[in-house]
Amino acid sequence: MDFNYLSTIMFLPAAGALVIALTKNKDEKITKRLALVFTAIPLALAIYLFVAFDRSAGAAVVQFQEKYLWIAPLSAHYHLGVDGLSMPLLLLTTFLGFLAVLISWKVHERPREYFAWLLLLETSIIGVFVSLDLLLFFIMWEIEVIPMYFLISVWGSGRKGYSATKYVIYTLLGSAFMLAGILSLYFTTGSLDMINIAHRGLGIIQTAMPAAAIFWLLFFGFAVKLPMFPLHTWLPDAHTDAPTAVSVMLAGVLIKMGGYGMIRLCVSMFPDQAQQYAQILIILALVGIIYGAAVTLMQTDIKRLIAYSSISHMGYVLLGIFALGEVSLTGAALQMFSHGVVTGLLFAMAGLVIHNIEVRDMRKLGGLARQVPVMMAVFVIAGLASLGLPTTSGFAAEFLIFLGSYTSGAVAHLNIYTLIAIIGVVLTAGYILWMIQQAFHGPPKEEYNRVKDADNLEKVYMFVMVAVIMLVGIYPAVLTDVFQLGIAPIAGLIGG
Amino acid sequence: MNLSLLKPEITLAAAAVLVILLDLFIKQKYMTRYLGLAGLVVSGVFAAIMWGDNNPAIFNNMLATDNFAVFFKLLFLGIAFLVILSSADYENKFRNFKSEYYALILISTLGMMLMASAADMISLFISLELASIPLYVLVSLLKDKKSTESALKYLLLGAIASAVVLYGMALVFGATGETQLAAIAQSLGTSVDTTPLGNPGLYMGIVLMVAGFGFKIAAVPFQMWVPDVYEGAPTTITAYLSVGSKAAGFAIILRVFFTAFGVPFDISNNWGIIFAVLSVISMFIGNIAAIPQTNIKRMLGYSSIAQAGYLMVGLATFGLAMPSTVLGESGLLFFLVSYALTNLGAFIAVVIISGRINSDTIADYAGLGKRSPVLALALTFCLISLIGIPPAAGFMAKFYIFSLAAEHGLLWLVILAAINSVISAYYYLRVVKVMWFNEAPAAEKTTTTVAPVVALAICCLGVLLLGVIPGLIMRFVESASSIFPF
Repeated sequence: MDFNYLSTIMFLPAAGALVIALTKNKDEKITKRLALVFTAIPLALAIYLFVAFDRSAGAAVVQFQEKYLWIAPLSAHYHLGVDGLSMPLLLLTTFLGFLAVLISWKVHERPREYFAWLLLLETSIIGVFVSLDLLLFFIMWEIEVIPMYFLISVWGSGRKGYSATKYVIYTLLGSAFMLAGILSLYFTTGSLDMINIAHRGLGIIQTAMPAAAIFWLLFFGFAVKLPMFPLHTWLPDAHTDAPTAVSVMLAGVLIKMGGYGMIRLCVSMFPDQAQQYAQILIILALVGIIYGAAVTLMQTDIKRLIAYSSISHMGYVLLGIFALGEVSLTGAALQMFSHGVVTGLLFAMAGLVIHNIEVRDMRKLGGLARQVPVMMAVFVIAGLASLGLPTTSGFAAEFLIFLGSYTSGAVAHLNIYTLIAIIGVVLTAGYILWMIQQAFHGPPKEEYNRVKDADNLEKVYMFVMVAVIMLVGIYPAVLTDVFQLGIAPIAGLIGG
Repeated sequence: MNLSLLKPEITLAAAAVLVILLDLFIKQKYMTRYLGLAGLVVSGVFAAIMWGDNNPAIFNNMLATDNFAVFFKLLFLGIAFLVILSSADYENKFRNFKSEYYALILISTLGMMLMASAADMISLFISLELASIPLYVLVSLLKDKKSTESALKYLLLGAIASAVVLYGMALVFGATGETQLAAIAQSLGTSVDTTPLGNPGLYMGIVLMVAGFGFKIAAVPFQMWVPDVYEGAPTTITAYLSVGSKAAGFAIILRVFFTAFGVPFDISNNWGIIFAVLSVISMFIGNIAAIPQTNIKRMLGYSSIAQAGYLMVGLATFGLAMPSTVLGESGLLFFLVSYALTNLGAFIAVVIISGRINSDTIADYAGLGKRSPVLALALTFCLISLIGIPPAAGFMAKFYIFSLAAEHGLLWLVILAAINSVISAYYYLRVVKVMWFNEAPAAEKTTTTVAPVVALAICCLGVLLLGVIPGLIMRFVESASSIFPF
């Protein structure tokens, strides 16, 4: 390895946070430009890595590895690397991290602290996706709590203190169980190396502790983050009260950590247990899909609506993962990426509506199509992507999940489950169209005549995100080819 | 007999005497502080030189001078150093007793150092008293109502605890006929009945010793003194109590229980269960009782009870698991170092803050994040470390100690401890919230001298380093704990 790309990508935002925190400039423009630079370089490097990622047959599964001995007595290593699964997620994180800075351009309250925390958040999320050592993985997983706590409780709105504390307590509770799981993995295998444990399989796990117990301990931690029904109640509160850019990060990449963890740890280390318990998890996924969509239908707060829709969408991810087929797993991974961009865009748009119009109750909105045509157009595209219209990324992802789970032979009765899950799509169409109709159609209201449409800066990030959604929708192979490289070995572990 | 092995203790005793003598002759009382610091440094250098040598025990095996003892000596010296450093402003509250204050800290530290090296029940008891009696005086040194009340409470309960320990020792002596720890182990291994029913006196003795030492480490149900004494004592002494006294308690528990009662298994298994139960109730009661507190010293008092619970997870592990690895005790020692730095950091921040706003009420910390962001950041970092969130040392310490417990079949205890960390997040974060998010009342600026700030910086830096590169200290604690015969 000539150059430590992954370390550079991971630590540049943190370095930026440090620089921003230490420079005592009064001019917030400088702060924002610094933040932009320190997120743009990681994005550029991530794009480069994505392009340079070796896709040829026979290429190493894990690439761009860095491995140094870190804590000798625990045999913990500083071990980074990406495979086909984490590479696109790394790209997504740096992409949204960069856009989050743009989206935050209009934050004027304590900007130095704000951007420092935002950058620190990016570092920790990247860390989760690129760590291959369990201890490092867990540390990055935990660090993320602190910036989130500050970001929600200082720059949030509404019951921000309550939401922030709820978020922290839920996350820590999940990670308490995850820690127990990781410790059990550590002492039964004597290793903290994720690749190594997955590679050698369960054969090395001794009898001291039933593998199923470890599986559930780990799963619980990820399920809180995903969030899986019935552990989801922190999410609507956190989303509703968080500042816009933080909602984007939260929906876009933070909750993906849960899905990523499930594939990386639960499925690839415990394929037998995953298969054994897949039924019950898929049923929970279905409940999440239907329940999430039904509750979404009743929301009147525009951000809360999008938050609840995430619960439903994450249900598809859970379904895709525990259908345990190669196609369905790829679909789940693609859904994570797609949902990251689509819901990120939706939150950005909702934030813009709230910022420009200062109304967040959809019953009071209406007829905005005339006054803010650009915002409306983008909102509609994002909404259609969310409900899975063909040519958008949402379609490609959901199609793969349904196709994969319908044909997967790993779990019994999957075809029936899949048909039930498709009902969710109908409900999604219902609430998305209802939201667009409520907010943008109907007779124009006079009090909104002076509302500003998106300005140039906002147009930039909107169009970039729309472009990504369309690109993935029209040519999903750009991502699925890479995902498949990471997922094929994992899917290979599942017995027929 | 080689007196040079006692150099650290002799230096410290000399420094304490010099401080008292100097007080008679000079007007600038703050000089005694520098003298005290110098004594600690010199003593520390002597102790550090002894590290690694396989030194023999002295005074007919009364005092051990092994790595374990040296490790704790250095820890206590470091704690005393930071406490004295942070007293630079606080000493003005003691008016005429400045040099006595420093001398008493030095003497108490001397007692703790001897506690760590005691290898015989007699020397152990004497050093325990030597460490405790100065503390009773120090607690009362503010001479106001609360301080006096808490000192009296501490003295009475402390005296009872000492009596209980002594009674326990007497029973153990009766059962084994030995006072030397190693000889007790030998006698238990060969000639003495070690079943609870066959030898109730021995078990009674062990239980009484657990109770007496439990007072030192503030484990539930021997914690009643903690909130009142922590609140009433001078804050610097609270800091000293919460880390020094606690670490000393753990030092003798480790020494006594691993050396004397480590084998056979039916004994270690029994005291292992006792510590596991004490650990669970300490964590729950400490954390839950901390939630409604409004005074930060009381809150940290309850939090230190909970922290004792986490530490006892380590003790329980080794009692129950018949340790076969050297990793065993080292988890506990690492936790102690990390806890000492973290809690000292938190208390030093409290000392500095209370010097500025003249209050220990959490609500009065409002707006601190705006007025003195660096100070608030330091306190936040220490609190985060107490919760156990990386990259602070508290996380690494918990990971280390829990991984050993999980390895030895105590996963249920680990899960309970981890859930307790979640509960604790609630009240630690409340302080963070008040500091950063609540609006400031009136801003009053008083200057702080540089010494306490330096002490705080050392603590925070240490917490960060231990959290990021713990390998160094881990190797250190491993060789310190390798003296145990397992």
